[in-house]
Amino acid sequence: MLNAVEITNLTVKYPDVKALDDVSFVVKEGDFLGIIGPNGAGKSTLFDSMLGLNTKYTGTIKFFGQDIKKSKKYHDEIGYVPQKPVFEKNFPATVSDVVRMGLKNESDENKIDEILQQLWIHELRKRRIGELSGGQLQRVFIAKALVNNPKILILDEPVTGIDQQSIELFYSILRELNSKQKITIIWSSHDLDAVNKLANHVACLNRTLFFHGESEKFFSDDALVKQYSEASMQEHMHHH
Amino acid sequence: MSFEILTYSFMHRALISGIAIAILCSVVGLFLVLRRYSLFGDAIAHSSFGGIALGLLAGVYPLWTAYGVSIVSALIITKIKDRYNISGDASIAVLLSSGIAAGLVIISFSGGFTIDIFSFLFGSILLVSVNDTILILALTGAILIVILLLYRQLLYSTFNEEQAKVSGIPVEKINYLIIFMAGITVVTSIQLVGVLLISALFVIPNVTAIMYGRGFKQTAIISMSFSVFSVVVGILISYIFDITPAGTIVLLSIGLLGMTMGIKSAGLLSKN
Repeated sequence: MLNAVEITNLTVKYPDVKALDDVSFVVKEGDFLGIIGPNGAGKSTLFDSMLGLNTKYTGTIKFFGQDIKKSKKYHDEIGYVPQKPVFEKNFPATVSDVVRMGLKNESDENKIDEILQQLWIHELRKRRIGELSGGQLQRVFIAKALVNNPKILILDEPVTGIDQQSIELFYSILRELNSKQKITIIWSSHDLDAVNKLANHVACLNRTLFFHGESEKFFSDDALVKQYSEASMQEHMHHH
Repeated sequence: MSFEILTYSFMHRALISGIAIAILCSVVGLFLVLRRYSLFGDAIAHSSFGGIALGLLAGVYPLWTAYGVSIVSALIITKIKDRYNISGDASIAVLLSSGIAAGLVIISFSGGFTIDIFSFLFGSILLVSVNDTILILALTGAILIVILLLYRQLLYSTFNEEQAKVSGIPVEKINYLIIFMAGITVVTSIQLVGVLLISALFVIPNVTAIMYGRGFKQTAIISMSFSVFSVVVGILISYIFDITPAGTIVLLSIGLLGMTMGIKSAGLLSKN
């Protein structure tokens, strides 16, 4: 198996704190990695660095063996679903318009219909983006991320503020993308149960990486889970 | 009333230039409105006032100096805004007042206001020359071609800068391109409605069109149609009743906005 992602000694320093401290891990092609960690654990910083939004880091990030600081080709390999898509409420764009924004080869217009059907949002294609529910919106942004056939899909905690039925649908979509279409998935989530059910690997992040490995190993080790929950709880108390 | 006015060649030039400017302003304006840059056109127009005054003082064709001054100052203010983290509306206020201030000082050097200054402040579409018309058509064509070629990049970076960046779009360059195109569009449009009313052409047809609840391309087409309607009817009415074209055009587009609001309140606008 090829290494889809290879992160080596990644460190990000802010003026008064290290957001990430010497993080290294590898994601094999076809893996489904769940990244868990308390608020402020550096998940967003990790994603920003992987996506090229933060370039002030030391260490290396490679996609399929290519250092992202040396080659811009990685943009074509990645689909990204943001935590909460931000846009003007009355932006005059339909669902199709938004998915089309993601489409790099504009002659591939059929691909849009195909992907909308696959994600159960084809009937919404002419609706304005601002009129959709949280769950529908999430699927539109997954469609936009998938429309170029990326090899890696990166999703940033996208289940917050979405109804239970949409969450279930979302999980089944992720499972299918990973198992049938062999897309490598990197997914940050707060939901330990869901990570346990879906991901085959877990990375547990709290500025440093304190666990990375098969999810079975993580979830069968009560001490590890307890340790994670306590760290998470402390952080939670700290925030309130 | 006869159709005699449609046989005058100055009226042909006015209508052709007016239609081109209407289309240009509504398309460029749509990107500005959606980026919450509605008043940027106004700010560039005011800074071009400084350029016009400079041209008149130096004996150069004022629109040339206006192009130079407004594009350069728009790009500088954008750079300053990014570097010193000044908010969009404050940077617009700085640009707007510095252009007028510079213009006033330069005008007082050249012996006070003249008829030329007034025509730039309030527009003079009926006086547009053949050369002006050719220039307006050429610039409109060039900008529309650039927009068509970079359509996805312009739309995506307007929709969400961060996501556009992630998919490899050079967002900073696109932002400067929009500012550059806005600068050219504003100065090109000065002859139609003048420095003081430019932002109306950028903003009003787009705000109206957005209310129709359609996708991006349809919204752009609705906006262009309203804009062209206001300009053509405005020019004709103003000639017939001997009133100012600039004011008439802007009042007509405000009328269309009011009508659309009425239709919307009555629940007659379907959501597809």
